[in-house]
Amino acid sequence: MIIAERKPVNEILDMVKDAKKILVLGCRGCVTVCSAGGEREVEILASLIRLGMKKQGKKIQVTEGTLVRQCDREYIDGIDQWKGKYDSIVSMACGVGVNFIANLRPTTIVYPAVNTSFFGGSAEQGVWTEQCAGCGDCVLHLTGGLCPISRCAKSLFNGPCGGSVDGRCEINPETECVWQLIHDRLGRINNQEAMNTIAPIRDWRTAGHGGPRKTLRDDLTL
Amino acid sequence: MSFTPNIQAFCCHYTSQQTIAEGKEGLKRDGMPENVTLNRLVCGGKLQVSTLLKAFEDGADGVYFVGCPPDECHNVKGSQRAAKKVAAVRQALIELSVEPERVEMFHLERGFHPEFVKAAQVMNKRITALGPCPFKGDSK
Repeated sequence: MIIAERKPVNEILDMVKDAKKILVLGCRGCVTVCSAGGEREVEILASLIRLGMKKQGKKIQVTEGTLVRQCDREYIDGIDQWKGKYDSIVSMACGVGVNFIANLRPTTIVYPAVNTSFFGGSAEQGVWTEQCAGCGDCVLHLTGGLCPISRCAKSLFNGPCGGSVDGRCEINPETECVWQLIHDRLGRINNQEAMNTIAPIRDWRTAGHGGPRKTLRDDLTL
Repeated sequence: MSFTPNIQAFCCHYTSQQTIAEGKEGLKRDGMPENVTLNRLVCGGKLQVSTLLKAFEDGADGVYFVGCPPDECHNVKGSQRAAKKVAAVRQALIELSVEPERVEMFHLERGFHPEFVKAAQVMNKRITALGPCPFKGDSK
């Protein structure tokens, strides 16, 4: 899922400092699962905005709402139910949701309430870790299912580097060296010789280095 | 000018059981400040950050939670969860430049103890000294 984290309250208060009516808009997708922008977080942020503005002696009308997703055209239409209740939207969705609102509502002011961080998973309660970089050309079949792009600080394809010490990364000793993990795992699945294969120079165009990416499925388009 | 703070106390079923049984008059005799309102939850695990923030929105000058000792919660981790929620609100108050001492967590043994009343008195004294909460409309 996409992992996000709420921005500091004061940064959000600064965005809405001139607003009179706002809609704090959550998303029931990834940001609900990672507790950054679901219904519960909407309730908290709305409360913090009201309190913060009150402390500044300002009045603001805060409406709370949550959409099924903010990354689908048809769900964005759901914003119409709050028509007239806002002059700007504070979106708690990931950056995709903010972009979708901006794309589909050309005159609506929309602010991001979260920092969209990475593609990750829940390592334990309250802890999320990056697992995928969305590079567009997956190599996990060569690396025992462990991603060297997102989980190696240097995104090395032919690791480990000389900074791997006791299975830890030299950039941050709290981080496991993914190349050590790849080595150990390939051994466990009897594929250790894969470590001897030299990965060729990579074409990074699929990773967004060739501009914004698009996926088109002829079998689904109408 | 005298100031009587509006203090909202949230507590779990177990820590407040005997306190509630004392009744209003009994609590008054025990020294419970009358400006402390008890809000009872089934367990600290049910406490939400938004509940505490709402109390401030509704005019509280101070808010606190009383839960079981961290490792003695009837539902295992309820009071530990409550303490995390209180800490989150404390952090939010710091971000908003409001005294974090306006929100507090107390871990107390179950049943009626003088400590339950003592916690209310501690908060009453502290919040009275701090004065009205800056979230109240007329203060900036």
